[in-house]
Amino acid sequence: MDGSKFDDVQTQEQRIRNFNINFGPQHPAAHGVLRLVLELDGEIVERCDPHIGLLHRGTEKLMESRTYLQNLPYFDRLDYVGTMNQEHGWCLAIEKLTGVEVPRRAQLIRVLFCEVGRILNHLLNVTTQAMDVGALTPPLWGFEEREKLMQFYERASGARLHAAYFRPGGVHQDLPPELLDDMEAWCDPFLAVLGDIDGLLTENRIFKQRNVDIGVITEEDAQDWAFSGVMVRGSGMAWDLRRAQPYECYDEFEFQIPVGKNGDCYDRYLVRMEEMRQSIHIMRQAIEKLRLPENQGDIQARGKITPPKRSEMKTSMEALIHHFKLYTEGFHVPEGEVYACVEAPKGEFGVYLVADGSNKPYRAKIRAPGYAHLQAMDFMAKGHQLADVAAILGSMDIVFGEVDR
Amino acid sequence: MSTAMQELGGYIEAKRPDCVVSWEVTRGELCVNVAPANIRGLVEWLKAEPTCRFTTMIDITAVDYPERAKRFDVVYHFLSMHQNHRIRLKVAVREEDIVQSITSVHPSADWFEREIFDMFGILFSGHPDLRRILTDYGFRGHPLRKDFPTTGYVEVRYDEVQKRVVYEPVSLVQEYRQFDFISPWEGAEYVLPGDEKSDVPAGDKA
Repeated sequence: MDGSKFDDVQTQEQRIRNFNINFGPQHPAAHGVLRLVLELDGEIVERCDPHIGLLHRGTEKLMESRTYLQNLPYFDRLDYVGTMNQEHGWCLAIEKLTGVEVPRRAQLIRVLFCEVGRILNHLLNVTTQAMDVGALTPPLWGFEEREKLMQFYERASGARLHAAYFRPGGVHQDLPPELLDDMEAWCDPFLAVLGDIDGLLTENRIFKQRNVDIGVITEEDAQDWAFSGVMVRGSGMAWDLRRAQPYECYDEFEFQIPVGKNGDCYDRYLVRMEEMRQSIHIMRQAIEKLRLPENQGDIQARGKITPPKRSEMKTSMEALIHHFKLYTEGFHVPEGEVYACVEAPKGEFGVYLVADGSNKPYRAKIRAPGYAHLQAMDFMAKGHQLADVAAILGSMDIVFGEVDR
Repeated sequence: MSTAMQELGGYIEAKRPDCVVSWEVTRGELCVNVAPANIRGLVEWLKAEPTCRFTTMIDITAVDYPERAKRFDVVYHFLSMHQNHRIRLKVAVREEDIVQSITSVHPSADWFEREIFDMFGILFSGHPDLRRILTDYGFRGHPLRKDFPTTGYVEVRYDEVQKRVVYEPVSLVQEYRQFDFISPWEGAEYVLPGDEKSDVPAGDKA
């Protein structure tokens, strides 16, 4: 007897050890390629270790060898749900460094499509979160509306998802007037659909049982874990960059900032639902303003960083040279560093840009909101049931394009 | 906006002269250069000080300048949702330096510091779990350093014979395309034929 075989003292119950499971990377509720290593005590999560990077494409490295304009489409591929909001961050950073003033019409178009992006994102998130907790109908209804919105994207930019529509100094092309009419006509029926989804979920017993009091975040936690966007608003802070640090012309728009009371998954769902209604409100105002005679005019700040008009290129040699140089060499951005951020649907999306005066960024850091949210997974999931992991993940609104970059 | 930032910069320098190396306000953004030894203390102070209240850590990143002795800039961004202002802190470090981790002050710094370690190879002292985060398991090198090639060193493919994923040195079917579009009259080092004539002083011209 050397004491190594001493297990007869332990009862059968004591010999149970914690169970480790891999959640993902191919789990449908992982919202992409997330691998969670979960340590379970029965059904209770003891530890949650997210392994990310399975979708890492080295965007920031690639950006260092491409011109500023060539880098723009990379931003569509970060959070591929509400794409134009990311482009916006990049354009704002360049405009801040070059000191370019965006024409008013372009600003209004940007606001309009940022809100379209917000609805696209929230529709996907709210409905797939419902799917994660067992409801199948909401995603079917939500995706129908998303399809209509993506057609608006297509009619404005030519692409349903990866739009590359916002350009430094404005937007790529002007909107046809019929598109504005169709977008306005879409608003009312959409509110009805939203009401239907609301009717399916908000008072649904199963949905509430799976979401109320799950993943509670206090105001202090939200700041400690660098949350932004809906994640702080769900916890009761009325923090919205569109209001607090207005960019573009958001200060002219009237909208409310919904806040939650309890900071649980259910409150975050409610905040997203209300934000969609507010986005519709902003869209209507933007369409109204776009029709005003004083808001017609150009959609790009004509100068070094934007291409010349097509008609000018036919007659002016300088314009032709400018066009050629812009799309080959690209424009030069003065030396300096800048941090520009937008209220993306998921939270604060920021771009830290270090320019060295050449046609390529020296360093561009993309601050993705999902990255900060996902790292709190261990903190939020600890002590919850295994089934709640999917609900928490759903309410965080994770898209791996932006987390892994 | 800018004057408030100026005041804040002056206030921080007056209160913590040991930490602040220099500060400036450019384009309405306050940027403070901090001595590496004091970064955690300063961050902690900025979080608690009522006029600052930088309670939200926005971002930590690094920038590589291979030609400098202090090769890296570690850049911190903070936001105060209470006072509605932002700040940027910069710490210049050598390649072999170890930076203080701020995870004890801001738990959210965890992954951001891991990412810097992964991408630049900067070490952080006092970090609970400094592993690679975005790159592959068993990856070697630090991709965002300027001396790391964009193509990387290894590529992976599924091997039908071995029935598993294998790692091989990168072999490119065609050269990595890197066009130089800089105008010859801006970036070129060489002398264009005929250019030497322009250096002749005006009086010498016959």
